[in-house]
Amino acid sequence: MTILLLSIPSTHAASLPQSSVLDSGKIQHAKGQIERAKSVLEEYKQQRGEKQAPNGDTNPHHSKEALVQLCGVSRSFHAQHVLRDISLSVGTGETLALIGESGCGKSVTLKLMMALLEPTRGEVCWSGRSVRELSEKDRSKERLRFGYLFQGAALFDSMSVFENVAFALRQNTKKKEGEIRQIVNERLKEVGLTDAVCHRKPAELSGGMKKRVGLARALVLKPEVIFYDEPTTGLDPIMSDVINELILETRSRQRVTSVVVTHDMRTVKKVADRVIMLYPLSRLSSAEPQIVFEGTSDEAFSSSDPRVSQFVSGQAGERMRELTAN
Amino acid sequence: MATGTISQRRLSPFHAIGAVVLTAVQSVGDLSVFALQMLGCMLGSLPRRSVLLPNMYRIGVLSIPVVVITGGFIGMVLAVQTYDQFRQMGIETRLGAVINASLVKELGPVLAATMLAGRVGSSMAAELGTMRVTEQIDALRALGANPIQYLVVPRFLSCFLLIPLLTVVADSFGIICGWLFSWQILGINSFHYWFHALNYVMAYDVLTGFFKSVFFGAAIAVIACHRGFHCGAGAEGVGKAATESFVLSFVVILVIDFFLGMILNPLYFILWPSPISLV
Repeated sequence: MTILLLSIPSTHAASLPQSSVLDSGKIQHAKGQIERAKSVLEEYKQQRGEKQAPNGDTNPHHSKEALVQLCGVSRSFHAQHVLRDISLSVGTGETLALIGESGCGKSVTLKLMMALLEPTRGEVCWSGRSVRELSEKDRSKERLRFGYLFQGAALFDSMSVFENVAFALRQNTKKKEGEIRQIVNERLKEVGLTDAVCHRKPAELSGGMKKRVGLARALVLKPEVIFYDEPTTGLDPIMSDVINELILETRSRQRVTSVVVTHDMRTVKKVADRVIMLYPLSRLSSAEPQIVFEGTSDEAFSSSDPRVSQFVSGQAGERMRELTAN
Repeated sequence: MATGTISQRRLSPFHAIGAVVLTAVQSVGDLSVFALQMLGCMLGSLPRRSVLLPNMYRIGVLSIPVVVITGGFIGMVLAVQTYDQFRQMGIETRLGAVINASLVKELGPVLAATMLAGRVGSSMAAELGTMRVTEQIDALRALGANPIQYLVVPRFLSCFLLIPLLTVVADSFGIICGWLFSWQILGINSFHYWFHALNYVMAYDVLTGFFKSVFFGAAIAVIACHRGFHCGAGAEGVGKAATESFVLSFVVILVIDFFLGMILNPLYFILWPSPISLV
């Protein structure tokens, strides 16, 4: 009904002659109804946060007010094109999972979001502000709003566990050593580690412990957004689930926004509010978008797109034939 | 279906030469930009003692044994190689002049710097390269640190300040070992050895050697750190960075030595115009 009302232009009613079936009172009433319907629709859009983007994009997740936004981002490494025209955004409080085959550019996307890499084309925005406008100093300062758990944890080899977790506090705050010690112990406890590991070096830790120390280090400055780069890769199933639980606990305890790059569908099922799937450029034509799916994890699992269904079910299928033919 | 790579046409020899030249120019540009960024960070704020001192210990103190050995053997090798020719001319007592002048002006600084390019430079390139491939440098940025400020500046300062001092150590041990070998093994009279050494080795020669070693230290640090920061992926990339660091440092040391020699030798006669006797 609302759509029908909006499709009648208000000027059309005004041009009808006095002697028509509709008298002037009813015409005025109709005009009023049209205006009222328009204002109700506007109010509805504002409540949903649908702001009209300059290119007419009304996707509710592609909002200028999003914490992190990629607008038409492409990235190449010398002759190798990895990402092409990627547009996505991360809303406050959500957990976004980026999935896709190996080499499709998931980790590159994550690093672009945190401005650890520069895009070849396009723009990265933090809370609506383009990263390009920021000086390197301001970028470093803004980057403290984000935490990053690297794929291999990327702990500093020459430092102990305590020094690794305390690093950001010593580098960016003027807190006293006693306070730093307390914060570090709290973060380690949150990830299930005791202060007995504090003096150990990263080489003495197991894979799961390294990931947990990496997570404690990423959380130490209480970031607004945490990026997880394949958090469960290389871990046994039990430890993988421990990491998934820690992601959930971190989200509920600190109310952070999370972006998780993974190809572990159990992680996607457990933690993701929204899923985006990237596809390798080498398997796409120039007209096809690189984002082949965007939706909830349930929608991903029930997708009829063969590329998505093949990935989520983990079936080699045609790919095995292609590889053996080559 | 679009491919992920740009197709490459076959290059003619001219294209290939042009590509090599362009790559070389780009490399020099990259290195220069890196050095300027490092200088900018250094002028902004000096590193903390807790970061600088461990670097100085690793680069300076732990290099003393190898520098002592290098210097000592340079002195003795010079004595061995020059003794026969000088003895044939009947001027073997002048051995002190030749050994000490060569040592403090050229061989001490150049060979000590070459040794340190291998020990310190390759080690720094490998360490920073490993940090690059394991994403530790990205982790530094993610945690609010400037990697050049945190990693490069302490190493540069350590090399810049300590390699000249290590050169002095190398020269000292070269002089002592050269004298001991000449006196005890070759039978040169000690008085004559030192008499001619003091007559022909000037303070300017010592300062020349020291001055060169400052540039050598700076070059080793910048090249090693640059190679480490920009190394390729994996263990192969790290190994290549360490090798390239040493080779490039060695070449640059020789080039700097040549140009500084061209400048400093005539400079002496400009500053002190009276001619010196060469015999």
